[in-house]
Amino acid sequence: MTSPADLSVVERELSPEEEQFNDLIAKDSRIEPRDWMPDAYRKTLIRQISQHAHSEIIGMQPESNWITRAPSLKRKAILMAKVQDEAGHGLYLYSAAQTLGISREEMMQQLIEGRARYSSIFNYTTPTWADMGAIGWLVDGAAICNQVPLCRASYGPYGRAMVRICKEESFHQRQGFEILLELMQGTPAQREMAQDAVNRWYWPSLMMFGPPDDQSPNSAQSMAWNIKRFSNDELRQRFVGMLVPQAEVLGVTLPDPNLRFNEETGEYDMSEIDWTEFNEVLAGRGPANAERLRRRREAHEDGAWVREAAHEYARKQAERALAASGAVA
Amino acid sequence: MSTPGEMGTEAWPLWEVFVRANRGLSHVHVGSLHAPDPDMAVRNARDVYTRRNEGVSIWVVPADAITTSDPDAKGAFFESPAGKNYRHARYYVKSEGVKHL
Amino acid sequence: MSGTDFDTHGGDLDVHGQVSVDEVELAEELAGAGITGTGATASADAAEYALRLGDDALMLAQQLGMWIARAPELEEDVALGNIGLDLIGHARSLLHYAGTASGRSEDDLAYWRDEPEWRNAWLFEQPNGDFAHTIARQLVAASYLVELYAALAESTDPTLAAIAAKAVKEVDYHRDHATQWTLRLAGGTEESRRRMVVAIADTWPYIDELFVDDELVERLAADRVAVLPSTLRPGFDAVLDAVMAEAELEPPTGRTAFVASGGGRRGSHTEHLGPLLAEMQVLARQHPGASW
Repeated sequence: MTSPADLSVVERELSPEEEQFNDLIAKDSRIEPRDWMPDAYRKTLIRQISQHAHSEIIGMQPESNWITRAPSLKRKAILMAKVQDEAGHGLYLYSAAQTLGISREEMMQQLIEGRARYSSIFNYTTPTWADMGAIGWLVDGAAICNQVPLCRASYGPYGRAMVRICKEESFHQRQGFEILLELMQGTPAQREMAQDAVNRWYWPSLMMFGPPDDQSPNSAQSMAWNIKRFSNDELRQRFVGMLVPQAEVLGVTLPDPNLRFNEETGEYDMSEIDWTEFNEVLAGRGPANAERLRRRREAHEDGAWVREAAHEYARKQAERALAASGAVA
Repeated sequence: MSTPGEMGTEAWPLWEVFVRANRGLSHVHVGSLHAPDPDMAVRNARDVYTRRNEGVSIWVVPADAITTSDPDAKGAFFESPAGKNYRHARYYVKSEGVKHL
Repeated sequence: MSGTDFDTHGGDLDVHGQVSVDEVELAEELAGAGITGTGATASADAAEYALRLGDDALMLAQQLGMWIARAPELEEDVALGNIGLDLIGHARSLLHYAGTASGRSEDDLAYWRDEPEWRNAWLFEQPNGDFAHTIARQLVAASYLVELYAALAESTDPTLAAIAAKAVKEVDYHRDHATQWTLRLAGGTEESRRRMVVAIADTWPYIDELFVDDELVERLAADRVAVLPSTLRPGFDAVLDAVMAEAELEPPTGRTAFVASGGGRRGSHTEHLGPLLAEMQVLARQHPGASW
């Protein structure tokens, strides 16, 4: 049986712009800002890129929490550089989204008013130093799996921002791994700290790839538009495959008793992911949702007078320049 | 028509950033940022886009000061070169094998 | 960017195959200590002097680190981060050198000294306050550090000279950053001007301590190892006067007020240092002997 929606697709004539758009996607070429694009494509991108930007910005908090307490000056410098990179990444992504017709100010408002989503992983808290290691190794590791294919996203500015981001991220995961390695080679208390952090971050990092493919409503369209290149489950499998040997090097145990390589399927068997937790955190009931938003709102509001001052100074300077040129003429 | 992104509504306007990676190379567009004025824009560009030794020189341009070709006029603007093969050296095959040509 | 092989069109999903690590030439991390991080051993006097400068840099870096994720705009998060990272670099180089005299590491010195053993001037332990206070502190600190490192680059101590030669270019940018913001806050809105005036007034009393000579620097200056702080004052004043004039700000009166002689160089501190150290050192001290 054919649904009415399908019929409409068959009957509708494609406009020349639409044909060109489809043609570019089919050729795996890139869509650039001034090109015609379907509204839904634009909306999907604005949603995805701004969520991604918000995630970078909110993601600064759980780590900036430890900059002042980093246990060595070298680690302090590394962590500061990493959190600073995240501000840069948010900035690149907001710029990419801005080419689609939404201002950074507007996106920031959506974020601080709680109207926008960001990666729910950052609503978990970072009570110990080992969390800096686990975030780098697991969270940045998962992010890299997600992000590398995005460098080929069909929307030009997004892909270009992702290329820059991925280049810079290459240090993030390594420094996290190194933190954990140092801890695992350290005192019993340090080893315990590392294992505890891995226990807490392992499942949330697997949830970062999103719901299973059969429950992921937007995935198919995003893949058809070459925004997304691999399915959630494919990426999750690859990620776990990467983690297993790395965990051996570290000497940490991944907290899943059912995790083993299945020779027949060529994939890892694993325990069922507890999606109720994921949905709880997504719905704003995670350990730190309110705190993250409160701090972002506070920073934005506390900075308002500074942004306003610079704007006003620029206006006065321009006025003066104009008056001076008028005097000469 | 200016570059995409500038709304004219934000307190700090959008700037496009161009970086010269090394002496002898052109400035290449690397991204954009927000800044209240040109002096701050070039400093912000230094901080945001050259943290890893990516450049030896920076240009910043207000996004609304850039004039771009009209994407709808793509055909009219960019059709003409097609077919003018005689502009390219490889069009001239009779000299193949002759040295220093 | 050079040396990065980054294939965005690769076919297979090899999560790492597509991003290879930059093959950059790694530069010396601790200025003056060479790529191996060893370097010369400081005399007791030179070590004490390096400790003063290192503590100044570290306390400032520690506080600038608190701005990250809280700055008025994303671009400023990145800018303050860069400044903080420069200062951590200076602190590490200086503390490393200071430690060579007593067989202690940069981290031994940063994490295992109590308040009376810290040698930073009071300016550097003053809290961030609002953005105007941070900028006022940056303006004074960076203007002082530019004069200091420019002169110290000529030190007869090769390690101090090397550290200063790298640092002077960096603090020059810090001074420019603070100057730009001073002009904008002073010449922006009524509110920003009011805040800037308060910040200048609150910061000014801490200037004099930076330029006090004592026996240690006098001994070191005689051998041209160190720079006499008092000799840096005219250059500092000239720069600051120019910025203040352009910003149409009046230097607060009572410039030689209560903290004129300070006490930081002798280990006597304001009430702000204790909490700063407690926070910075808490984790390291929970795990004596641990490596990170």
